[in-house]
Amino acid sequence: MEQSEQNVAAKTELPKPTALEQAAPQDVSGTPGRPIFDVRNVSVWYSAFKAVTDVSMTIHENEITAFIGSSGSGKTTVLRAFNRMNDLVPGARVEGEMHYRGTPLYGKDVSPIAVRRRIGMVFQKPNPFRKSIYDNVAYGPRINGERNRRKLDEIVERSLRRAALWDEVKNRLKSSGLALSGGQAQRLCIARTIAVEPDVVLMDEPASALDPIATGAIEDLMRELKKQYTIIIVTHNMQQATRVSDRTAFFSVLTDSKNDTRTGVLIEYGSTRQIFEDPQDSRTQAYVTGRMG
Amino acid sequence: MMAVATEQPAADLREPAGWRRTKNRVATVLMWVAFVCTLVPLGFVLVTVIAKGASAISWQFLTKGPIPPNVLPVTIGGMGPAVVGTLEITGFAALIAIPLGVLGAVYINEYGGNRALARLIGFMADVMTGVPSIVMGLFIFTIWVLHFGYSGLAGSFALGCLMLPVVIRSSYEMLRLVPDSLREASYAVGATKARVTVTVVLPAAIGGIVSGALLAIARAAGETAPLLFTILVVESTNTNLFSGPNTALATQIFINAQQPFTGAQQRAWGAALTLIAIAFILMLAARIVTARFTRYTR
Amino acid sequence: MSSVTQADPAKQAGSASPLTRRRPLGDRGFQILALASGLLVLVILVLIAVSTTQQSTDWFSKAGVKGIFSTDWDPATNHFGAMAFVYGTVITSVIAIIIAVPVSVAVALLLTEVVPRRWARPIVYLIDLLAVVPSVVWGLWGILVFAPWIQSSVYSHIASAVNGIPLLGSLFGPPVSGASFFTAGIILAVMITPIVTSLSREVIATVPVIDKEGAYALGATRWEMIRGAVWPHSQNGVVGAVLLGLGRAMGETIAAALVIGSSATVTSRLFATGYSMPAVIANQFPEAAGEWRAALIGMGVLLFALTIIVNLAARGIVERSTRRMRGA
Repeated sequence: MEQSEQNVAAKTELPKPTALEQAAPQDVSGTPGRPIFDVRNVSVWYSAFKAVTDVSMTIHENEITAFIGSSGSGKTTVLRAFNRMNDLVPGARVEGEMHYRGTPLYGKDVSPIAVRRRIGMVFQKPNPFRKSIYDNVAYGPRINGERNRRKLDEIVERSLRRAALWDEVKNRLKSSGLALSGGQAQRLCIARTIAVEPDVVLMDEPASALDPIATGAIEDLMRELKKQYTIIIVTHNMQQATRVSDRTAFFSVLTDSKNDTRTGVLIEYGSTRQIFEDPQDSRTQAYVTGRMG
Repeated sequence: MMAVATEQPAADLREPAGWRRTKNRVATVLMWVAFVCTLVPLGFVLVTVIAKGASAISWQFLTKGPIPPNVLPVTIGGMGPAVVGTLEITGFAALIAIPLGVLGAVYINEYGGNRALARLIGFMADVMTGVPSIVMGLFIFTIWVLHFGYSGLAGSFALGCLMLPVVIRSSYEMLRLVPDSLREASYAVGATKARVTVTVVLPAAIGGIVSGALLAIARAAGETAPLLFTILVVESTNTNLFSGPNTALATQIFINAQQPFTGAQQRAWGAALTLIAIAFILMLAARIVTARFTRYTR
Repeated sequence: MSSVTQADPAKQAGSASPLTRRRPLGDRGFQILALASGLLVLVILVLIAVSTTQQSTDWFSKAGVKGIFSTDWDPATNHFGAMAFVYGTVITSVIAIIIAVPVSVAVALLLTEVVPRRWARPIVYLIDLLAVVPSVVWGLWGILVFAPWIQSSVYSHIASAVNGIPLLGSLFGPPVSGASFFTAGIILAVMITPIVTSLSREVIATVPVIDKEGAYALGATRWEMIRGAVWPHSQNGVVGAVLLGLGRAMGETIAAALVIGSSATVTSRLFATGYSMPAVIANQFPEAAGEWRAALIGMGVLLFALTIIVNLAARGIVERSTRRMRGA
């Protein structure tokens, strides 16, 4: 089973990650950041099923990197590899190398808990805990040992302010986080994530469940957060990618009709402008111009 | 690309502070300890029953009786009447409760739809599983024994009342798993609802239903309290289920356990082993049926 | 039942008969049979209440509330105060709950959050075996093996150690008996562990994965995730599971009858002999007649009412909490 799939991957000659060279920092609009993640030939397996094959890319500090592509192309799977969320899925494993600030993410002494503490995640569906707004935001600092009431108050206010939610909830911090609207709940989740002062925030289609106004608020927030954090966002929405991101990675699906398997691949990675205005690969071209690739 | 590594200090991604890790480990260990705590009594009971009961078991022990409680060895007989009684009473209880239970489940799932009555019946069946078995015994005593006297049949009624909600619950869960497409396919060729249910839905769920029924029988076979006031425990074999007092393994153990004689106690262990063996065999059969004949699972 | 909605999908198409709304007799009969079987549940529950109450009015009317809840139980003088039995039922059930709940919830968490799925199944089988061992076998083992052992190697040491100490002494001091409230509590705990475990597991399993991932994504350890994401979701449902366990413990008869010691006393000493409602019914019913029997049946009525209330509350809570989560 595994054997045959590897053959497939080998046979299908990809435009190997030349994309990476194209995406040299000087091409990028905006502030060129220092590299923070270095991804080398990463494949993700779910048991015998290869979900993503051979991804290589470099993510840069204080930038927003967007992952676009059709469903099944492995965007979310790759995203979840960055903070080892895939460890929670039985049978999932990551091949290849991922370095975070020079440390191998899947190294022997690396704890997924420590990884996730620095590399936070915001999910597709807002998932506030069944607790008060205050306790939602204070959860992370508390598990990391912050017991000082005044400091917690400070952290909660600062995080909610940064998430642009403070003014809406400051008078009802004790009410349930579940009572918020979708957009508010998502901003609460963002506040919860940045309350632990992470280094990187991963966002998995954070606006897909929201209306346009709430989406706009989240996008403004991302541009604001970029000053302090590195953000990777998975999105289905190409306009969103062009609006917020500095770099874009386009993923696609390789279908092997003989074995009926579908594997995600990284087709092209570069500055957002280059991906949308001057795509090098015909599949990228087809996707960004609306002819599905 | 290794330049990345040298440019900046490496991130520290080792395990978090000791006390957090310790707490997590302690919690995990305690969960395992709790599991072991549940296994210890199980292990002790099984080992004791097998150790003390095995020496009592013989063909005579299971077929002959009664023997006065102080007479040894126990292998010469003792539980014959009880074995016959248990088989009769539990068997007839199953004969009443299983069809009624399955039909009740059919009503809830196939006919009830979202009707309040169906939901009420389902809910009350769950509540009924919580009625103490001794109350079932008292119930049959007041409604049947007072009018028609003690009999194995009264015992069957009491056990049947205990089994009914269990069978309803397990059958209902199985019927729910049968996909609607199957029903629709049958309607599409012009079958009536009854016919669809009997020829398509029930066969599709039969593995789970049988397995649930076997488990219900296993539980009922071990019940004592509902039999005490319905069969009026006697010593002799009564093959007539429908009249006259009867006996059963479970009640016999209860009587023997309270006697000071070694013979009585040893027979109790032998009977306990027999009862556990019956229950385990039924449970095993249920597992086999589940594994081999269940088509739809959660 | 509205035959229109029922008839529609079952319409006889294509046959020579016209497309009437009449359904074949067998079809109707089957539906009525199914309905009757379902209604049987309600009928039985009502009949239990009516017939047992009828047979115990003698006691209820003669003894009155004061008599029922007195501690004076003496069949020889026609005094039938049930207080000692109510007390014993409450005490043993509470001991059972205190022991069984932490263990059951811990095992439920182990099964849902710690152990890989393919290991969970055999563990569940093992726990279910506890439920298959008949109550009378627990009682037999309890009185002949467990009680003598725990009396000599646990109770007597504790009792002599705490004797004289204010609170502990009055709970765990002498007299000491192998067959006692506490022994009954332990046996009941073992017997209710499977049901509390399986219901807790059902409730905990409905916690959405994204809630758990939310906690993990903040760098929570598994235990922190359980406290932050699993527990707030499950606490109501676990309360329901505990109540159901309580109902089982209150009604459990035979094991308690064998190991509780059968003496109608109200005492704070947990290692002393006691009695419980189901146990006294089982032990004294065969010899009872007249008002004595009415009193025993009456206790059955009390037990029925108690367990029904507890079960209604518990099922309501469990159902609501699992449905809310599935619906969310």
